[in-house]
Amino acid sequence: MMREALPDILDVQHLTMRFGGLTAVDSLSFTARRGDITSIIGPNGAGKTTVFNCITGFYKPTEGMIRLNHASGESFLLERMEGHQIAAKARVARTFQNIRLFGGMTVLENLLVAQHRALTGISPLSIAGLLGLASFKRAQAEAIDFACYWLERIGLIERADDAAAELPYGDQRRLEIARAMCTRPVLLCLDEPAAGLNPRESADLNQLLLWMKEEHGLSILLIEHDMGVVMGISDHIVVLDYGRKISDGTPAFVRDDPHVIAAYLGVEDEELAEAEAEIDL
Amino acid sequence: MTAAGELSKADTPSQSILGEAVRDAILTALIAFALFGSLVGFKTESVQNVLVLTTRWGDAIALTLAVAVGRFLLDVFVWRGLAPTDVIGKSLSFEDFKPVLKAVAAALYIVGAAFFLLEGSRAGVEQALSSLAGAEWRGAIRTLVSLVGLLAMGVFVLITAMVVARLGRLAVRAIAPAAEGEKRSAVFTWQAITGDLMKEFAMGLLIVAILLPILVAGPQQRYAVDTAIQVVTYIMLGWGLNVVVGLAGLLDLGYVAFYAVGAYSYALIATQFGWSFWVCLPLAGIFAALWGILLGFPVLRLRGDYLAIVTLAFGEIIRVVLINWYSVTGGPNGINRIPQVNFFGIPFDRSETGFAALFGLEFSSVHRIIFFYYVILALALFTNVVTMRLRRLPIGRAWEAMREDEIACRSLGINIVTTKLSAFAIGAAFAGFAGSFFATRQGFISPESFTFHESALVLAIVVLGGLGSQMGVVIASIVLIGSSEFFRDLEEYRMLIFGGSMVALMTWRPRGLIATRTPSVILKESKQIAAANVQEGRG
Repeated sequence: MMREALPDILDVQHLTMRFGGLTAVDSLSFTARRGDITSIIGPNGAGKTTVFNCITGFYKPTEGMIRLNHASGESFLLERMEGHQIAAKARVARTFQNIRLFGGMTVLENLLVAQHRALTGISPLSIAGLLGLASFKRAQAEAIDFACYWLERIGLIERADDAAAELPYGDQRRLEIARAMCTRPVLLCLDEPAAGLNPRESADLNQLLLWMKEEHGLSILLIEHDMGVVMGISDHIVVLDYGRKISDGTPAFVRDDPHVIAAYLGVEDEELAEAEAEIDL
Repeated sequence: MTAAGELSKADTPSQSILGEAVRDAILTALIAFALFGSLVGFKTESVQNVLVLTTRWGDAIALTLAVAVGRFLLDVFVWRGLAPTDVIGKSLSFEDFKPVLKAVAAALYIVGAAFFLLEGSRAGVEQALSSLAGAEWRGAIRTLVSLVGLLAMGVFVLITAMVVARLGRLAVRAIAPAAEGEKRSAVFTWQAITGDLMKEFAMGLLIVAILLPILVAGPQQRYAVDTAIQVVTYIMLGWGLNVVVGLAGLLDLGYVAFYAVGAYSYALIATQFGWSFWVCLPLAGIFAALWGILLGFPVLRLRGDYLAIVTLAFGEIIRVVLINWYSVTGGPNGINRIPQVNFFGIPFDRSETGFAALFGLEFSSVHRIIFFYYVILALALFTNVVTMRLRRLPIGRAWEAMREDEIACRSLGINIVTTKLSAFAIGAAFAGFAGSFFATRQGFISPESFTFHESALVLAIVVLGGLGSQMGVVIASIVLIGSSEFFRDLEEYRMLIFGGSMVALMTWRPRGLIATRTPSVILKESKQIAAANVQEGRG
């Protein structure tokens, strides 16, 4: 097959993460295509968040390779990079399962902190800022405009001057996504963004993610338990169980995969053997 | 006991509780007296090898009473959980105290105005009171009048300055073209004059600070300006430490180390090379900042208690090195004959070319002290301006974000290592400036000036003022440093007052005097952020 002009945005090969005797992720390989929403699903404890932590540099993988390819042709080996560099240089942004906003700072400040790299680039060592140079003021105004753009999109512009901790739960989830977007990422990793949302909010979230994908050409990596979200918007699903990949394909394929059904619903051993025999495993 | 009065007033079920509590307190008093009567009431002394029995009934009774009253209060308010409002029979809020506070402020203002403006009014009041109460109370009355008088004059001067600041701002606003949508007519209403008190308070304090040497002119001037220098030095140190503890959320118990580095840098450079203060000042700041980075590296991974302990140790290491590195630092003897700062090349002496002669003034040793005062005031204001500016810049926002959540910071591409080190370095640089000022003012430094006590005091100022609040540091410094001077007449009781007021303050306002956080950037309107939402940082 011909190589495509642009390689896949994320290529994970034989990713293994061991904590002492426990193997949380076992030789996992998958790819995420550019401009797709790729979901990682699996029962609790399957190692999904561990995969995320490896990709975003919070863990150093025991083995394996994680390659990120920019549209420019530049590529990064994420497993070799410092955590903050993955966000700054490779431009991978993430959200957290338990929301991690800067609660004591205002909504607007949260979005400006996310643009730290862009602003410090204008004002090395804060000198331009300290002296109040025009170049810095312009950059700051642009940063505020960009923040306002996202606040309008997530419907929080009216609350820009409130402390982030005072927002309701659903708004905090959306703000965390907007904050990640303010780092201008090429790949956004969302760790259970629909957790704790009501059906209406979760439908809104679907719309937001689809819009971000279309409008900003963003690639999204998603961990989610809410099947409504996963099946509704994913282009591609990877299923993990006990740290191993058990299925990989389109939502329709994964939904009918007996391994997935077995992992989620649980089956008798002989039934599993039968199922495995059926699909020649 | 006080319970009797409360008992008659109480018409609620709490009456029976109070009765029980009184009985309990009396029983406690009996037991306590049985103990203290024998243990404290009698004392044996050996006078010239003869054992003599003396009695101390006063002390024993005081202790007994303290135990009984304490037991009663604990019993009623803590164990039985009765709120003070149940006893009084109505709920109290801050609004109820407002008229009282206003009356007290007004009374102090009038007294202060009289004392400040009318020559001899203080002596007159003192005389009148003494003749009323009798000669034996003269000493106590003098102390009381001088304390209340000082407080009243402070209130008078401050409120006047606040009014001046307000009027000045209104005048500027009246002359300058009005911003769009602003209501011109509202300028001279009472609301406009009293509103926005915090800003006026800051402006008023600044006016008082600038005029201080003139305000305190008189026989006490030297002492007053000396005290003010001390207060402003601690304000500056507090502002510096506020960068590390308040903004970045890194608990630093060894802050005095950087103060020492700054002081010794200036002392050594000035005595060895004879460089001027204004050249040494930035050098001292740079050295202190380097030491800040040096300390920063090993503690990057430490959090909370561990960070506090390591910084504490670092402070002690610096002090021990200063004591033992005899050939350079002079060891425990310190460094003396440190050149004192002069007025941009003009010395403060009696000579023809001295400051007094050149400006046509009569020579006075106070000139130098007043100049010192303005130097430290300028340094402190510089610290404040830089800190407030940094807070609105990406670096300052990164400090605060780091205090709120370090992991989220990393996920946004903020380099935690450089962010932490920059906080340590900048905080340390301010301490270095303050240190070199300290060295030039004292003319003599030794390791004894840089003990853990200093670190603790500066940290107490920051914590009492409210983490991250610049104004809080000012108030806390004035209260802590000023009050220990103010109550000097009360001798050892002042430490009791000091400790007691600290405990009371921390119970009443656990997040410090000014606990709310002001946002660093505003889209439409500025809203203060409640203390409960703001993290204190885990190191």
